[in-house]
Amino acid sequence: MPLLPKIAPAPLEPTLGRAAMVVLLLAVLCVLPFVLSDYRTFQLTQAVIYAVVLLGLNILTGYNGQISLGHGAFFAIGAYTAAILMDRWGVPYWATLPAAGAVCFCFGFAFGLPALRLQGHYLALATFALAVATPQILKYRKLEDFTGGVQGIVIMKPDAPAGLPLSQDQWLYLFTLAVAALLFLAAWNLLRGRVGRALVALRDHPLAAESMGINGSLYKTTAFGVSALYTGVGGALGAIAVQFVAPDSFLPFLSISFLVGITVGGLATVSGALWGALFIVYLPNWADEISKSAPWAIYGAILLVLVYLMPGGVAWMLPRAWALVLRRIRSRGGAGPGA
Amino acid sequence: MIRILALAVAALATALPAHAQKKYGPGVSDAEIRIGQTMPYSGPASAYGVIGKSQKAFFDMVNEQGGINGRKINFISLDDGYNPARTVEQTRRLVEQENVLLLFQSLGTPTNSAIHKYVNARKVPHVLIATGASKWADPKNYPWTMGFNPSYQVEARIYAQHILKTAPNAKIAVLYQNDDFGKDYVVGLKSGLGAKASMIVREVSYEVSDPTVDSQVVDLRGSGADVLLTFATPKFAAQAIRKVGDLGWKPTHYLTVVSASVGAVLQPAGLDKATGLITALYLVDPTDPEASKLAGMKAWGEWMQKYNKGADPNDQFHVNAYAAAWLLTEILKACGDDLTRENVMKQAASLKDVQIPVVIPGIRVNTTASDFATFGEMQLGRFDGKRWVPFGELLSGR
Repeated sequence: MPLLPKIAPAPLEPTLGRAAMVVLLLAVLCVLPFVLSDYRTFQLTQAVIYAVVLLGLNILTGYNGQISLGHGAFFAIGAYTAAILMDRWGVPYWATLPAAGAVCFCFGFAFGLPALRLQGHYLALATFALAVATPQILKYRKLEDFTGGVQGIVIMKPDAPAGLPLSQDQWLYLFTLAVAALLFLAAWNLLRGRVGRALVALRDHPLAAESMGINGSLYKTTAFGVSALYTGVGGALGAIAVQFVAPDSFLPFLSISFLVGITVGGLATVSGALWGALFIVYLPNWADEISKSAPWAIYGAILLVLVYLMPGGVAWMLPRAWALVLRRIRSRGGAGPGA
Repeated sequence: MIRILALAVAALATALPAHAQKKYGPGVSDAEIRIGQTMPYSGPASAYGVIGKSQKAFFDMVNEQGGINGRKINFISLDDGYNPARTVEQTRRLVEQENVLLLFQSLGTPTNSAIHKYVNARKVPHVLIATGASKWADPKNYPWTMGFNPSYQVEARIYAQHILKTAPNAKIAVLYQNDDFGKDYVVGLKSGLGAKASMIVREVSYEVSDPTVDSQVVDLRGSGADVLLTFATPKFAAQAIRKVGDLGWKPTHYLTVVSASVGAVLQPAGLDKATGLITALYLVDPTDPEASKLAGMKAWGEWMQKYNKGADPNDQFHVNAYAAAWLLTEILKACGDDLTRENVMKQAASLKDVQIPVVIPGIRVNTTASDFATFGEMQLGRFDGKRWVPFGELLSGR
């Protein structure tokens, strides 16, 4: 029995309406830091960072059907790569992103090789092992010179380039948004074409796909690598935004919340990453406001409601709900051809 | 001449109220003082969450009794799940969105490390934080941060003193956790022994990832030491105590107060094996039959019954929470009507011989602008098979 529902990927053709939506969304996102407080901007920065991570995980899990409960580990590796480069060698913050991406791609690709032999539950467990081990490895004595042990590493927040009248938070947000937009564009390009179809085919009918000439192991390991790359870049951005990395920031629950994020946002969708990210950033805070005694119980209850009301995730339900509203309006008007 | 004098008096009289004029920092009004906190209500350290809830109950009592100089405490305690990234987010929310005057008792070493630079750059009082690392007492570099718990180094120096006094020719073995918690203790121990640091014949560390510390204990015994200090977190402390007993080794055994819990450490290790252990105490033990005679503990008991209903009256966390919250109200009272962030730090750094009602009598809080270590004295206690029994005089580890 497959662990994941076989959801056909959301259509990704570049229609005019869709392009308009994306431009509008980007415009709104660009304006937000100038109307919100620095704190809200910082929170949004985190949401954008998680969106990058979730997009990466969705490439692997949503499109290719490989479940990972270990993406927190790649997030940590990306974060530490950035922090160590900045702290030890004074590398500028923007230059750490490609490095974090490259390191994570290699890790992901390497992990993808043995993962080829594992499927479904077993792969989930193997990746979970990665998530469980990472915080302790980061505390390992021989690595302490680099990782700072439990103390972690404090890094400086970048200033806006000279001449731009932006606060640190505004600059970092816009920088993160630009990186995210680039990565989303790349993912969209990758997934709407031959590669995307191959990934989905491998997920739904591995045998049929391979008999069509798709190199299964190459695609699967590369999907792992690319997915880790996205997560690693997210981790690096996260470290820069929070200005601190420590093993306790990357406990196994982080990996689980990523998986929750893509499921709530919408498996095998690109826009689902945005919804999932908002969920990850804002829900724990709401839950905490409702109850100090049992914030996780509230979190769980909301999660249950969402899973029941929006099977397939927000990104799948919104267009359907919208279509429903449109139909209602038309039928009430009584004149539309669709009524 | 008299007229001039009268004028001078009049000028003085008008100048005085001007001096006592109200000065408010962020989050303060005639009606309230906003204070913020991050606490692990969820996540791996959620056992500590009771401290935040307990402090809410304390401020409820303060507010019901009329507040501080007529101002109610608006206590905003947010969950950070013990995740440093969320601590940063929640702290920024408290400072930038909720506009709190100060941060109080935010809990955890990694979590507070994550905001250390931020709060000092923003000049927000980050006071009485709930961790014992020695790095919080660094007013030169971080003048806005002050810890509450006795620092690990202070505690280790007290053990050193006791050893020098009772067994000047001892051979000392040390077991410590290989992180800043364990290392802080080793530094304190060596500074306490001073010229006689060579009494330490062997020091062995373990990793939090190690399954047991059995081999370390065997190694330490092989050194021929007759004094053992265990600077370990609860799980490993229990293993060490048990192994020392199993080996039939009978050193004078000092145990960090972090692992002094009877239920979580000594019982699993075996109460017979734990008998005779020595630790350093500073809070009154609510299970001590003598405790209820103290006026402070009576007030504590009444507060527990009225405002903290349903909480376990044997749980030391409630004493801890009460002690810190009580001290904060003292600092705020001392601020009077000058409730600026600068004055909060000034008052927090000029506590003189303050006796917190639920702290062991005689242990007083002293701070100065150049020394932020709140507690300098502790009381040694010996485990008698049931509970920690205080013995000897107070020792100073400053």
